[in-house]
Amino acid sequence: MAKVNALVVTGYGTNCERETAHATRLAGADNVDICFFSDLVAGKKKLNDYNFLIFPGGFLDGDDLGAAQAAALRWRYSITRDGTMLIDQLVEFYKSGKIILGICNGFQLLVKLGLLPGAEGKPFERQVSLTYNDSARFEDRWVHLRTNPDSPCVFTTGLDYIYLPVRHGEGKLVTISDELLTLLEQKQLITLQYIDPRTKEPTQEYPMNPNGSPLGIAALCDSSGRVMGLMPHPEAFNHPTNHPAWTRGARSTSGIELISGGIRFLRESGLE
Amino acid sequence: MLVKLELGLLSRVEDVQGKKFAAKIRNELDIAVREVRTINCYTISGITGKQQQEILTRQILFDPVLHKPSYSPLATDFDWIIEVGFRPGVTDNEGRTATQTLRTVFGSKNDKIQVYTSRQFLINGDMDRRQAEHIARDLLANELIERFDIKNIREWNNQPGFELVEPRVTGKASDYVETITLENLSDEELMVLSREKVLALSLEEMHTIRDYYQNHRVKKLRKELGLPLQPTDVELECLAQTWSEHCKHKIFNARIDYHNKETGNRRTIESLFNTCIAGSTADIRRQKGKDDFCRSVFKDNAGVIKFDEDLDVCIKVETHNSPSALDPYGGALTGIVGVNRDPMGTGLGANLLCNTDVFCFASPFYDKPLPPRLLHPRRVMEGVREGVEHGGNKSGIPTVNGAVVFEERYLGKPLVFCGTIGTMPAMIHGRPGYEKQAMPGDFIVMTGGRIGKDGIHGATFSSEELHEGSPATAVQIGDPITQRKMYDFIMRARDLGLYSAITDNGAGGLSSSVGEMAEDSGGCDLDLSLAPLKYDGLSPWEILLSEAQERMTLAVPGEKIDQFLDLAGEMDVEASILGKFARDGMFRVRYGERVVACLDMEFLHNGLSRMKLEAVWERPQFEKEKKTDLIQPGNGAEFLGKMLSRLNICSREYIIRQYDHEVQGGSVIKPLVGVLGDGPADAAVVRPDLEKNRGLVISNGICPKFSDYDAYWMMANAIDEAIRNNVAVGGNISHMAGVDNFCWCDPVVSPRNPDGRYKLAQLVRANEALAHFCRAFGVPCVSGKDSMKNDYVFGDTRISIPPTVLYSIISVIEDVNCCVTSDFKLPEEDIYILGLTCRELGGSEYFSELGITAGEVPQVNPVPARQRYKSLSQSIKKGLVTSCHDLSDGGLGVALAEMAIGGRIGAVIDLNKMPVAEKDMSWAEILYSESASRFLVTLKPGCADEFESIFKGGHLARIGRTTAKAELVVQAGRDLLFNSSVDELAVAWKKTLDW
Repeated sequence: MAKVNALVVTGYGTNCERETAHATRLAGADNVDICFFSDLVAGKKKLNDYNFLIFPGGFLDGDDLGAAQAAALRWRYSITRDGTMLIDQLVEFYKSGKIILGICNGFQLLVKLGLLPGAEGKPFERQVSLTYNDSARFEDRWVHLRTNPDSPCVFTTGLDYIYLPVRHGEGKLVTISDELLTLLEQKQLITLQYIDPRTKEPTQEYPMNPNGSPLGIAALCDSSGRVMGLMPHPEAFNHPTNHPAWTRGARSTSGIELISGGIRFLRESGLE
Repeated sequence: MLVKLELGLLSRVEDVQGKKFAAKIRNELDIAVREVRTINCYTISGITGKQQQEILTRQILFDPVLHKPSYSPLATDFDWIIEVGFRPGVTDNEGRTATQTLRTVFGSKNDKIQVYTSRQFLINGDMDRRQAEHIARDLLANELIERFDIKNIREWNNQPGFELVEPRVTGKASDYVETITLENLSDEELMVLSREKVLALSLEEMHTIRDYYQNHRVKKLRKELGLPLQPTDVELECLAQTWSEHCKHKIFNARIDYHNKETGNRRTIESLFNTCIAGSTADIRRQKGKDDFCRSVFKDNAGVIKFDEDLDVCIKVETHNSPSALDPYGGALTGIVGVNRDPMGTGLGANLLCNTDVFCFASPFYDKPLPPRLLHPRRVMEGVREGVEHGGNKSGIPTVNGAVVFEERYLGKPLVFCGTIGTMPAMIHGRPGYEKQAMPGDFIVMTGGRIGKDGIHGATFSSEELHEGSPATAVQIGDPITQRKMYDFIMRARDLGLYSAITDNGAGGLSSSVGEMAEDSGGCDLDLSLAPLKYDGLSPWEILLSEAQERMTLAVPGEKIDQFLDLAGEMDVEASILGKFARDGMFRVRYGERVVACLDMEFLHNGLSRMKLEAVWERPQFEKEKKTDLIQPGNGAEFLGKMLSRLNICSREYIIRQYDHEVQGGSVIKPLVGVLGDGPADAAVVRPDLEKNRGLVISNGICPKFSDYDAYWMMANAIDEAIRNNVAVGGNISHMAGVDNFCWCDPVVSPRNPDGRYKLAQLVRANEALAHFCRAFGVPCVSGKDSMKNDYVFGDTRISIPPTVLYSIISVIEDVNCCVTSDFKLPEEDIYILGLTCRELGGSEYFSELGITAGEVPQVNPVPARQRYKSLSQSIKKGLVTSCHDLSDGGLGVALAEMAIGGRIGAVIDLNKMPVAEKDMSWAEILYSESASRFLVTLKPGCADEFESIFKGGHLARIGRTTAKAELVVQAGRDLLFNSSVDELAVAWKKTLDW
């Protein structure tokens, strides 16, 4: 059984690092560190010392230039204190079979880095984007989601339905071509979809689909299933009283379960 | 090289921003445009031709999935095109990010690269140039901070593109210091000087300053330092700032001769602040004895109370009214990001936990001609809403609670209250977290943003001649990300123990922050030439006074300075040593080697003489009684619907959803509750420490509608409303602290303000009420603020806001699992009313709906109210209560409807069972009276006896029960008064602001 060593990366406008670390601890990680992007550049932390990398939510660079766009360039072009490219650490981490989770702004970052969806064997090439909601508004609301049992995603294993908050202004998925959208579906890379709770089917209807994302896409994974990005915030449902109707006795699977999925996979994989 | 990169959207990408602007043009300006599309532009200076191509090949400033980039004009197929860009010196956040991104990609030696953003709006629609200008001026651009260009398609085809504009600030570095001679000036000349230099100093204050410079010791010292014998501009500006109403609260500290003509009493009040506010807090703390939870009150940037053994919490509420009137977006954004720095600069610095925002506007549906220079209330409301959205969301601080009040007189000045609550470790490196002290020898270090001419002399338009390269200084735009980076750094430096004191740079800039901290050490030696500037062209006094945002000042001990600066550099945060704290009792300012100001600390902080003012109270005359009975069979339901649609009652979901109210993961009671998440919450509850179940309850009270009757009862009701909102969700009156925030119309009598004495009497009465009710409830004020000149004056037109106090409350509860919400839970539960209903309809929403100005305003009876609050807390803790809602705007009728909407179930109510003060009250009066300190609750089945015994001796009654059928049935005994479908009530409640 591998020890789970998680790293939550923050700085430059990321702001969900504390609750994300908290939720990851609740999910059973053996060790969770929060580090600033600058710690990676300064060489104080190395991605390689961890097997679970988390990009939490926030407003990297204030969404200027489009969500996470500037941060993706910072990852790509930053040089660490010992003179190496920081992106090499990320490439190595990705190739080593460890797991990566991007939440909301972190999902946007994975997409702008090209780590998701990485279809057709092309990681680090931008194939999709997350852009303005159809409402042209930032919105905070809870949404019903169904998972995809045929997806290779290691995080959603064992879950069929989850209720979580979304809090974003740029969550609508755009693919570079219609063919790519079809491919995402065929390869089962769509791991969460916004659904109508009455029919349990994916929906385009606002506000159940809060941003107009095609096929109700709320999350993607890569073909290995080890990289996942999602717009909803699992870490924001870390306690029963986070549920918007808890005073009415409402209970449902917490967001911790989704993070636990990744942790179970790591334990069984033996990757430290 | 200066180039412009344009980003158009690829055809498969929908232009939702364009659609949003099209809808705004149609809805807000009533111009029937067919379509609007947008093109984002980056004007880039200082790059080479090769770099220009690399931006395209390396996909730097655009997203290849979304954008088509081009260095030549892209726009086609439109009738009109409008380009909007910033004026020089205005904060351009996206431009800054683009600049930094290019420097990261091309290497940091490319520090000449500068990017400026602008945006083009391509409009299709039949309209003339006048309409196009109307759209540009009144919707797309604010000419105080932005410029615009317009072309129609013919002009564009003749000459495509707009002229390339580089909004660079031009100016020369300057160390010029002016000497201003006060000696031998006549009183008249002194006042002219005060006005022309925008010092806002009174004649008495000018005399005080003049006399200081005649002191022999002062003269001798100035000769030794090589300073002129008369004040330098640096000194005079520094004194004017330090002695301003904003910093010294002169009105709240004034000696007031108060004449109450109603009683015939006359008395003198020595400082409303000391007697009513600080005085009541001191009494309450004494009474609490060992249970006193206050840690630091009034003296720091925020008030601090104990949360538990490990954590303290602090709270501050500020206003940003005038800037928000000029530029609603920038003003409100700066307001929220600015108040964040108060907790950040309290004690050794607090983590920012949540925001609370309260706005006062005129009706967004205002349809009369606008007085000159005022923006339409809808534009103000939208701008403020968006400014607070960006300020809160981008900073990662949830907006958990708030209110919006509508009243015609806020047309003259909108009120924008921004509050922030923070947490700090009870102990940091063996010292209490709420304490700080700058020590002699500590370095003065400024962190965060750079200094520009921002906000010098506040929003007063300076007399400086404007030229093309002048910075637009009137209003500022906050920069949440620069601040967030600084905050990340400061929290780390705090936990490493790298500094001994911290405060924020707000009003008065370095002059205030360094001046305040130097009080601890006993002096300072500040070198302005070391301050990092945004651009050249600032005089020394401007550097000292600048209110440029996102800056903190810290005192860093010598042995920690290297580690401090290294960490800042590593985290990409600018930090500059500006001098040292000293102990010689002098506020000393240099520019390089040359001393440009040297003032006695004692004189700077305490040299100001006390203002003397007069207040005269005469009770305004209103018709005492006005009996109304509108509820005739058949129209009761319709009337309730009208009440629910009123601006001051209707749903705020449109605003709330656009604020992130649950980031940080501790959300317990959200602003919207109920089965469909669209019912109103009375207060917010959060868990500051995610490891614990202990909670913090946050609520607000604000009742300006009673001010015209009597500001005493306005204040009493605001306090009561805040407390009862808090208690309604499970708040605890025994561990509760308040923050007062006064927004007044000018209370100083003058020929231009003839009723100043009355307005001051209103202020006196509000303060008396604050003292009375805080004491009676045992709730101390721990912090506060005032804004005293909320008037619009233009020619003969004067619009004064109604005197307004926002009273904000936090309370600490042991277990969040006990909290309750306002929505009805299950059918067949008993509904109880707590409290007595009186014929108190003066100022009520009911009378406003009917256009009646008469009657009695609600009075607060604190002794039974306090007992009720304690009993209710006890019942909630015991789990007897399933839902609870306070009665406020719209009284019983509206509260019932809101509870039904939240639960989407119905209720049957018998008004005959209501405890009333007068037997002859009409049904309408009972339904819509706004008597204070009342609640509606539903009980868990089988708990009625226990519940009633807890409230024994108090006013309560079982008035009905919830029903499965989603219908509100209101009866008088067996007679049906009316019934309303809950779905229809929900529609009525939600339609008004459903934008």
